Amino acid sequence: MKLLINGKPVESHGDCRTVADLISLPEWSGRLMIIELNGEIISKENYEHILLAEGDRLELVHFVGGG
Amino acid sequence: MHDPLLIGGTALTSRLFIGTGKYSRNTLIPEVVARSGSEVITVALRRVDPDGGEENIISHIPGHMTLLPNTSGARTAEEAVRIARLARAAGLGNWVKIEVINDQKYLLPDNLETIRATEILAAEGFVVLPYMSPDLSAALRLKAAGAAAVMPLGAPIGTNRGLRTKELVRIIIEEVDLPIIVDAGIGRPSEAAEAMEMGAAAVLLNTAIATARDPLVMAEAFRDAVAAGRKAYMAGLGPVEEVAAASSPLTGFLG
Repeated sequence: MKLLINGKPVESHGDCRTVADLISLPEWSGRLMIIELNGEIISKENYEHILLAEGDRLELVHFVGGG
Repeated sequence: MHDPLLIGGTALTSRLFIGTGKYSRNTLIPEVVARSGSEVITVALRRVDPDGGEENIISHIPGHMTLLPNTSGARTAEEAVRIARLARAAGLGNWVKIEVINDQKYLLPDNLETIRATEILAAEGFVVLPYMSPDLSAALRLKAAGAAAVMPLGAPIGTNRGLRTKELVRIIIEEVDLPIIVDAGIGRPSEAAEAMEMGAAAVLLNTAIATARDPLVMAEAFRDAVAAGRKAYMAGLGPVEEVAAASSPLTGFLG
């Protein structure tokens, strides 16, 4: 399944069905992130329930140092 | 002296707001917080880079701090609103520093877009602190839009050039009935004290501490300068005279 994550095309594997599955992958796990799916912020309680679909656009953001 | 600063229903003891950018290492941040006495700290929001090993900045910020996420990177009101909503979704409070910038050389804020973003976010219950170019009519519009404070710049971001906009900021302090926080440009503790002496409610600075040779001692210097400037304002500065006015009695001289 093709996803667009932070502006980059990503091919996800078959067992990556939900948002929770996606962010448990090594490259995303262990981070305090806020997630936007197709322009809508999704709450943590829904990560397990939201099924990813072909062409979904995800933004995974977090806090960094700034003034 | 009991002199709290009230912003968005929160009573703050410290009038020094600090940032988290540009530190040589983020492990300095807890000690900078402690030495500065600050209670409000800014952060930015960015895409996670799966290949980058960036640490979680939040883990370096003591839990008692009020988090002030900025909307840096926004070029329009809509982008600022989107960033603010994402920041609030982190569940770490509802304060936001609006920062809408289209000028890449001087990083001067776009007041019109800033006013639009303030109106939208204040209506959504955010505690909105807009960073702005010092302009009285824009400051009044920000107040009408629901800003909790107004944050005019002293000089362009990160320049350490000081309170170059002094006269305009002074007018805003005089005419706008909101806390006025001088944000950006302050490079020296004496400049922070100067802003506070003229009635600024607080100062927000990042670069001046983060790029000092010893950020921890500089954090203390700014803490003391802001406190001294505030006390001077509260005490009421003595009058300025054109010619000498003797401090010692002019009678009873020795013969």
